[in-house]
Amino acid sequence: MSYKIKKSILYLSLILLALTCVLPFILMVVNATRSGIDIMTSFSFLPGDALAENWETVSGYFNLFKGFYNSLLVAIPATILTAYFSAITAYALAVYHFRGGKFILLVIVVFMMIPGQLSLLGFYNLIAKLKLVDSYIPLIIPAIAAPGTVFFLRQYLLSVLSKSLLEAARIDGATEIHIFHRIVFPIMLPGVATMSIGAFIGNWNSYLVPLILLNSPEKFTLPVMIASLRSSQDITSNQGAIYLAVAISVIPILIVFMFCSKYIISSISAGAVKE
Amino acid sequence: MIVTSGNRKRRNVNHAAYIFIIPFVITFLIFSVYPVFRTLFLSFTNFKGFGTPDFVGMDNYVRVVGDKFFWRAFGNTLQIWIVNIVLQLGIAFILTVVFSDIKYRMQGLGLFRAIFYLPNIIAATSVAFLFSTLLDWRYGTINQLLAFFGINKGNPTNWLGSSSVAPYVIAVIGAWMWFGNSFIMLMAGVQGISKDYFEAAAIDGAGRWKMFSGITIPLLKPILLYVGITSLIGGLQMFDLPFLISGGTAGNPSGKLQTVIMYLYKFGFETGTRQVGYAAAIAYTLFAIILIVSVIQFRAMRDKED
Repeated sequence: MSYKIKKSILYLSLILLALTCVLPFILMVVNATRSGIDIMTSFSFLPGDALAENWETVSGYFNLFKGFYNSLLVAIPATILTAYFSAITAYALAVYHFRGGKFILLVIVVFMMIPGQLSLLGFYNLIAKLKLVDSYIPLIIPAIAAPGTVFFLRQYLLSVLSKSLLEAARIDGATEIHIFHRIVFPIMLPGVATMSIGAFIGNWNSYLVPLILLNSPEKFTLPVMIASLRSSQDITSNQGAIYLAVAISVIPILIVFMFCSKYIISSISAGAVKE
Repeated sequence: MIVTSGNRKRRNVNHAAYIFIIPFVITFLIFSVYPVFRTLFLSFTNFKGFGTPDFVGMDNYVRVVGDKFFWRAFGNTLQIWIVNIVLQLGIAFILTVVFSDIKYRMQGLGLFRAIFYLPNIIAATSVAFLFSTLLDWRYGTINQLLAFFGINKGNPTNWLGSSSVAPYVIAVIGAWMWFGNSFIMLMAGVQGISKDYFEAAAIDGAGRWKMFSGITIPLLKPILLYVGITSLIGGLQMFDLPFLISGGTAGNPSGKLQTVIMYLYKFGFETGTRQVGYAAAIAYTLFAIILIVSVIQFRAMRDKED
């Protein structure tokens, strides 16, 4: 009996903790439909009828869909570059024996440990010299080199790829790049997909680098746009509008998560055990 | 004849690797390696963000070490990080114990793990706005909820406006965001432990707690160390949350939310206060501190093993 009670208490605590994780989002969605005055006077878990009004306030200040579009314009190419070039680099490091291969791997591991702030100022300085400030290029092109992803995919490849498969393909006369595209890439696809989801979320949520690089409001990505909320009197005086703007920025990523949470969690688990 | 052609072929095969890694290596050198050294170079100059940098030797570093505002920002960051990591790892650790307990055999790991991880994937900007609105002390929903349950009724806490409360609020929001990540990593570590150990221990008559302290904890150490060091690196670089919640690099109330990176940002990127050389020296000083603490942390964990 006491075993059952203890177990129930444990489940109850877990459910409470889970509620704590979800509650802010529930309040966000509910408050997004309520008027500013309603929100200020009382809380409610029932939706209100001010959604259209809040939407007018938000869209009167900025075009969130433009922010969406801009974020996609950065996050999609950056993710594709990370996925493809990390895969091919990981393949080269895992399969071939060549001078400098070990050294590159060492440098990759060292750079995984170096905090981003060390490169931030030099990076901005470089981009300014290249006259690429206020452009998406410095947000996209550097994605070709993602040391963490290369490291993960190399480990992944070592555990799933059999070298006899490569030998067989070579005997059949396939070129090396063909082998990568036709045989190796499909085999590593689950690993690549996992890392791509992580890369996409990272790019989508990225704030500091777009903040320092982008000047024109029409180029702002979604997080930078959301962060500029504070400067609008219309919005800060209507909490409903703030909740709605935040909700619009959050919902797509929640949808992605609903479908991909398994992959995301398995990638963190794998990363932890590999270290 | 055949052997020679085979060797020739093999050499060509390995040469393909150079072509495959070229895009990575070039991008990596330009956008990752060069900026790190460029920052180091700038830290020895008086660069203001424009014009040509003049070499000033160690001046910037001497200034950082004697700068009481740098140390205040460092203290703020440390305070937020310590409260944050204790909560974050504490919750993650308790959850790991609960889910790996062989007596209670809790179900629903997959679902709980996903829900606990949820706050991780939300952009810090969105989280910051969500919470600064929910925590608004006069009109925020949190104080209304508390009042409904009779807590602080008529005397609402000024969560983000009081300098003695706000750092803890940031730490709690951080823990809320990241405990799921720590939990997944610790849980992965537990699941990676071979069942044989536990079975052998059970045969020897070891109890649950004996197994936990004798098997689980020692085998979890590398992961605890990894989580600890990555959280230190991330925590000392905290920027988004305090920057957005306090509404600028000043880190108000009373500068208590000004973290090191916010202080760096003020000199590195804000017009009017731009002293890029000095900001670069702040970056490297912080890095030196992180390095020293990581080494100490690493040593401490390893020595305990012996």
